[in-house]
This record gives sequence, structure tokens and C-alpha cells, in this order.
Amino acid sequence: MADFLLAAAGFVLATVTLGLVRILRGPSEADRIMAAQLLGSGGIAALLLLAEAMSVPAAVDVALTLALLAAFVSVAFVKGFARSGADGA
Amino acid sequence: MSFALDALTILAVSTGAFFFLAGTVGLLRFPDALSRLHALTKADNLGLGLVVLGLLFQPEELFAGLKLVTVWLLTLLAGATVTQLIARTARPGGAQE
Amino acid sequence: MTDRPLALDIGLAFLVLGVAVWTIAARDTFAAVVGFVAFGLLLTLVWARLAAPDVAPTEAAIGSGVTGGLLLGASTRLHGTQTPAPGEKPGAILRLAAAALCTVVSAGLAAIVLLLPEPAPTLAPQAATNISATGLGNPVTAVLMAYRAIDTLLETVVLLLALVGVWSLAPDRVWGGFPGPRHHADPDGLLPFMAQLLVPVGLLVGIYIFWVGSVAPGGEFQGATILAAMWVLAMMAGLVDAPAVSRRWLRLLLVAGPAVFFAIGLAGFAMAGAFLAYPEAYAKLLIVTIEVPVTLSIATMLALLVAGPPERALR
Repeated sequence: MADFLLAAAGFVLATVTLGLVRILRGPSEADRIMAAQLLGSGGIAALLLLAEAMSVPAAVDVALTLALLAAFVSVAFVKGFARSGADGA
Repeated sequence: MSFALDALTILAVSTGAFFFLAGTVGLLRFPDALSRLHALTKADNLGLGLVVLGLLFQPEELFAGLKLVTVWLLTLLAGATVTQLIARTARPGGAQE
Repeated sequence: MTDRPLALDIGLAFLVLGVAVWTIAARDTFAAVVGFVAFGLLLTLVWARLAAPDVAPTEAAIGSGVTGGLLLGASTRLHGTQTPAPGEKPGAILRLAAAALCTVVSAGLAAIVLLLPEPAPTLAPQAATNISATGLGNPVTAVLMAYRAIDTLLETVVLLLALVGVWSLAPDRVWGGFPGPRHHADPDGLLPFMAQLLVPVGLLVGIYIFWVGSVAPGGEFQGATILAAMWVLAMMAGLVDAPAVSRRWLRLLLVAGPAVFFAIGLAGFAMAGAFLAYPEAYAKLLIVTIEVPVTLSIATMLALLVAGPPERALR
């Protein structure tokens, strides 16, 4: 079970880091924000799996922190993009 | 009994991982921003949700289980809102706030 | 957290380098900030793989989250001046000098890491054996608040000075005014709704992470960062306005943490014979007494740093 969860964590991580290509290629800012969001969710899932696989309950707290900060950063990105795009100043 | 729980965990986590894969493939392959957003939400909601569900089947204390569900609900809430906001900026015509 | 270097680790290392290179090379500042946040997330995973459950969330929260917010604010302000004037581009000599400096620093770091004596020198065993005197269960918190409390005190002061530096960027006419633009909240809107649900839960989680830091990974910096992020989120959603920087309660809140820290430090002369020394019977109590105002102060400092210099004048 622990090995399976560990493998699952690695798989999820490998998958979402593939999405980094979207950050590189764009083409729009929305695409880059999305890829960062995916990386965040994948990281959270991997942390939860690792917490169980390695009996490190602290990793769930890390996932909790990450979830809140990801929400903050995503909103900041969208607000920042809207602000700089909308008024063009 | 524990074998059944383990089987459920493996099933749920595998399906969750599959949705992460589907979300990533969608993000990379779909033609435009809005459809990529659609793919992203599948990974966020179903992917993480199924992983959390699978982990809940493993024996642990109530508080630990509550924390898992909280993580999922927070991600769900934030993800749903942010994808809506992204969609507003991504649609043709741009943001009209 | 095993010792075998998995393919995961090697892949992660290359990924971190690749994203870093891309972030620097990116033309558009916004894209570079997104790259930087992704870089921070990958670093969080690296820390997790290195079995550092205290550093990992701190990297995610401060290194990736709050710093990302800061850079984003800067990028938004710079939006109109994206293309550098021809006279501003650094010349070839300067670039070569920078490249040489980076190479020397990298080579030096690599040499240090590769030439570390085996086993690497560490104070960890002594830190662990003496921890019962501090009344804490988390050795990292013991280092931050007991063994090296002076560093933590100075860090809070540095943050405060940084905030004053940011405030000094305000034009004279808005000095003492409100940071950032006014975010309007549509009462039926999406973002205010989400913030109304998320922020209270986030505040609770922040307090929890701070509190649990005495026995498990967590502590005041991570808790404060979560609190700060929730405050800025509430500001961005238009639920609350940024406070004017001349407000007395705000300035008291900012100063409370370092002041209490310093006061207890001075009291250490009377109580236990040295600056920031704790008498053993009261160690935990004193540490908590310091931690609460410090957490509030740091949360305020971080939130105001992200909010930026005042842009709107006091009426």
C-alpha cells in the first residue's frame, strides 16, 4: 500500500509537471496561470499521498498551507492580469 | 475487511491519478484557453477528490480525515472561483468587469 | 524520505534548473512571475524530498506565494515601461562580469557541497538532547525561538525596515495614505463570495499552523504568512480596504511583535543572566508570549508589503 501510494504520488507529480510546458508556451497569460494552478493541485495531491505513504502527518499541514496560498496567488494573478491588461498603464 | 478498504483506496487513487493525467493532456492538447480550462477543472475537482476519497478509506483518526476533506473543499472552492475568473479574462473580448 | 536517489529526484533537479533558466529568459514580466511561482512550487517538492517538513511549507508560503504576490504587484506597476530604453540595456562587459561572478559563486557552492566532510558537521544531536529545557517538541521551533532567538528578532526588524522602505516609495501627496487601488466588491460577485467562505477558514488554519508549531512542523512564520495571504485576499476581493499606513492601530500592530520580543530579551538579563535567555521553568510560557504578537506583526508586515506603497491620499 505504501509503495503504491508512493508510486501514485510520483505519477501525479510527473503528470502535472508536464503541464509546465503550458507555462513556457502560453500563448496567453490565462494559459500560464492555469498551468501554475495545475501544478499546485498536483502538488497538493502528491503531498497527501506522501503523508499517508510515509506516515508523515505533517505533510497534510503542508498541503493545507499550499491550498490556501495557491488560492491567494491565483486570485492575485487574475487580478494582476486584469489590472495590467485592462487599463494598459 | 482491510483488504476491501485497500482495494477501494487503490481504485479511487488510481482513478484520481488518471484524471490528473486527463487534465494535463487536455491542458496541453486542447485548442484554446477555454477548453483547456475545462480540462484543468477535471484535474482539480475529480483528481484531487478521488485521491482524498481513496485516502479516507485508510484507517486514521477523525481529525486527520477532516483535514483531508478540508484540503479538498478549499481547493475546490478556490479552483472553481479562479477558473471562472480566468474564463472571464480569456473569453473573446477580454475581461468586462 | 529515502536515501536512494530516485529518477524522481534527478528529474526534479533538472526541472528546477530548467524552470529557473526560463524564468530569467522570459521576455514578459508577468510570464516570468508565473514561472517564478512554479519554480517555488518545485522547490517545495525538493524540500519535501530532502525530509524538511518545516522548510517545505515555508518555501511554498513565503518563497512562492507571498513573494509571487510581491513580484506580481511590481510587474503590474512596471507594465507601462516594459521595453527598456536603448541607454538602459547593460553593455557586453557588464554582462560578462555578471556571468563570471555567477560562475564563481556556483563553482564555490558546488565545491563546498562536494567537499563536505563525511559525516557532515551538524549540531542536530545537541539541539535534540537539550530541547526538553525549552519545553518545546519541535526542534526547528526550538532553534528559531530559543537557540537562535536573536536571529528571529533581527528578522522581524528587517521585515519592518523593508516595509518602511516600501512606504517611502509613495509620492509626497499620498504619504500616509491607503496602499493599492480600491478594489470594488460586487455584492453578488464571485470573488467576494469565495473570499467570504475561504478567508475565515484560512484564518483558522493559520492560527492552527502557528499553534501546532511548538510540537510539529509549523510555527509563527508559516502561520503569519497564511494570515497575511488571507488578509490580502480579503483586500483583493474588496471585502476590506487596505488600512491607511498612518493609522495608529496599524503601526502599533506592526511594532508590537519586535517590541515584545526585545522587551523579553532585555528581561532575560534579570531573569537568566543574558539577552534572550529564558529561565527554564518559564521557557515555554515566555516563548508563547513572544510568538503571539510576533505572528500578528509579521502577518501585518507581509500583508502590507504585498499591498505596496500608498497610492491614495488620506482625505
